[in-house]
Amino acid sequence: MSAIWNAVACVCVSALVIIAIRGLPFIVFRGGRVPKGMAFVERYMPPVAMTVLVVSSFTGIRWQEVPHGIPELAGALATAGLQFWKRNVFLSIFAGTLLYMLLRAFMAAGS
Amino acid sequence: MLRRTGRSALFSEALKATVPVMLGYLTLGLAFGLLASDSGLPWWLTLCMSLFMYAGAGQFALVGLLAAGGGPAEAAILSFAVNIRHAAYGVSMLGRFAPWPRLKPYLALSLTDETFALLSTLPQRGRDDGRFMGMVSALNQAWWVAGTMAGVFAGAILPWKLEGLDFALTALFVVLLVEQLRRVREPWPYVGAALSAVFGTLIAGPRAGMVIGLAGGMAVASIRRGPAVRDSGSSAGNSDSGDRKEGRSGE
Repeated sequence: MSAIWNAVACVCVSALVIIAIRGLPFIVFRGGRVPKGMAFVERYMPPVAMTVLVVSSFTGIRWQEVPHGIPELAGALATAGLQFWKRNVFLSIFAGTLLYMLLRAFMAAGS
Repeated sequence: MLRRTGRSALFSEALKATVPVMLGYLTLGLAFGLLASDSGLPWWLTLCMSLFMYAGAGQFALVGLLAAGGGPAEAAILSFAVNIRHAAYGVSMLGRFAPWPRLKPYLALSLTDETFALLSTLPQRGRDDGRFMGMVSALNQAWWVAGTMAGVFAGAILPWKLEGLDFALTALFVVLLVEQLRRVREPWPYVGAALSAVFGTLIAGPRAGMVIGLAGGMAVASIRRGPAVRDSGSSAGNSDSGDRKEGRSGE
């Protein structure tokens, strides 16, 4: 099998696996047969998932090397602080991202 | 029909809501498109990945696997391991998608980390909710596909550096976490999720760490929840979805 057809086969298989993963909950619980405890999942899955996604954003950082994750931490803290204070999603994300980019460029130039 | 928001007004609201995802998806998609064309994948196969897999981490991982000479069996195992967390997102959106049978297949199959994060935090919109969620989901995928194609075709000759702009996705997750902190004012789900995600990542790597974090957080939440939370849960999160099919009164 040539490399290109192997790649096509791999993409097809992966797409089917992902479609199955995303579609399965809706097929298993179709027709309104929503199981007990779903209110619990709906309430707690978003906070748990958001916490995990934030943690996972920080797992790729090399803390031992310059800039020691400082741009990431400062950007995230600025974003969270602004969101608590002003509650303006645009402001929080743009200010946090800008601070991150500036710190990153600044610390890379200084090292 | 009169109480409905106009289509263009609704669309511009959806557009505004997806701007952070746009920044992240365009830059990450660009990086993916560059990587895919670098490793010799044809443009149409790269496009198919962003259309039909539509899973950032899964697509990066598959390009790595192909470069290492892997085949379909390894691809299936890898895709399962990297994307299994999406099933949990679907379970928590069952009720929210239920009133929209025609849109449900697309809403279900386009539920990425970022789209789930947006949909589950944005306020619900009653009769407009289905159309709004459809617009947000389709816009997010459009940003991802556009970024991918930019990377494939023009990425190599872009005159400017976009380094660091993908931090917008991290910032988006931080903002949505702050909004969840306002909504669910109990410490244990957050503490449980953070601790299990950190330990899971240290022990089993970043992707498995996410699954361990989700499972650990939900487990801690179910142990620590008080008896009062049981009934307030559905009304707090879903106050304006009165036309939903399934009743919860019998629980």
